[in-house]
Amino acid sequence: MAKAAVGTLYRGKDGMWSWVAHRITGVLVFFFLLVHVLDTALVRVSPEAYNTTIETYMNPVVGLMEIGLVGAVLYHALNGIRIILIDFWSKGPKYQATMLRTIVVIWVLLMIPTAVTMLTRSIQHMTGGA
Amino acid sequence: MSAPALQNPRTKRQLSRSNFEQYSWLFMRLSGVVLIVLVLGHLFIMTLLDGGVHRLNFAFVAGRWTSPFWQFWDLTMLWLAMLHGGNGVRTVINDYANKPRTRLILQTLLAIAVILIVALGTLVIFTFDPNLT
Repeated sequence: MAKAAVGTLYRGKDGMWSWVAHRITGVLVFFFLLVHVLDTALVRVSPEAYNTTIETYMNPVVGLMEIGLVGAVLYHALNGIRIILIDFWSKGPKYQATMLRTIVVIWVLLMIPTAVTMLTRSIQHMTGGA
Repeated sequence: MSAPALQNPRTKRQLSRSNFEQYSWLFMRLSGVVLIVLVLGHLFIMTLLDGGVHRLNFAFVAGRWTSPFWQFWDLTMLWLAMLHGGNGVRTVINDYANKPRTRLILQTLLAIAVILIVALGTLVIFTFDPNLT
């Protein structure tokens, strides 16, 4: 019985927090998507309307939000693979915690070069570079 | 307020007549796999390749949508992402909105938003004019 106290797949500990993070990133990406379709729809209004709007995004604040968006999508994608493996792979539930640690490592390894690249470009653009 | 009526022990659970939630569960996994390719590919091209987001403008979009491949990519991504995201938010609303009225209002707003955005995005991809001035 003592085992129940350390939590099950979705209650307590990493299983629950990965689920919470999956929800939060999912909802955030959904609301971004609504705005993203609306701003892209401006290509149907006029090239100026689209270009003016897109240019307002090209500053370091929105740049940081874009890095956050990539991070949220990447977590949601990696954890989505983990959920599919938990549901369809016979050993999935057994290795769910190991898979979570694995995707966190993959996430960090991919996000470091991504964030550096995006931040560098953002700063170059702000200081008038290419 | 009276206490909610309790069912007798071992009363058979009212089974839902439709398999909607099962199909919804399966759809999330199938669309998820396709979206991993479509969305991560889209993000890689838009934020990392060449100059990243700073090269985006009308001419860039016009250049991409001359290709039926990218039109099909974007159309599929739009539909799958909106249905996947809409269905996810529907689940979240069902989990946290306890009052039937609140739930109905939020689900209605969500349905309107999904239909409008999918319709708008589809219209834009199909009627895009690269020579628009």
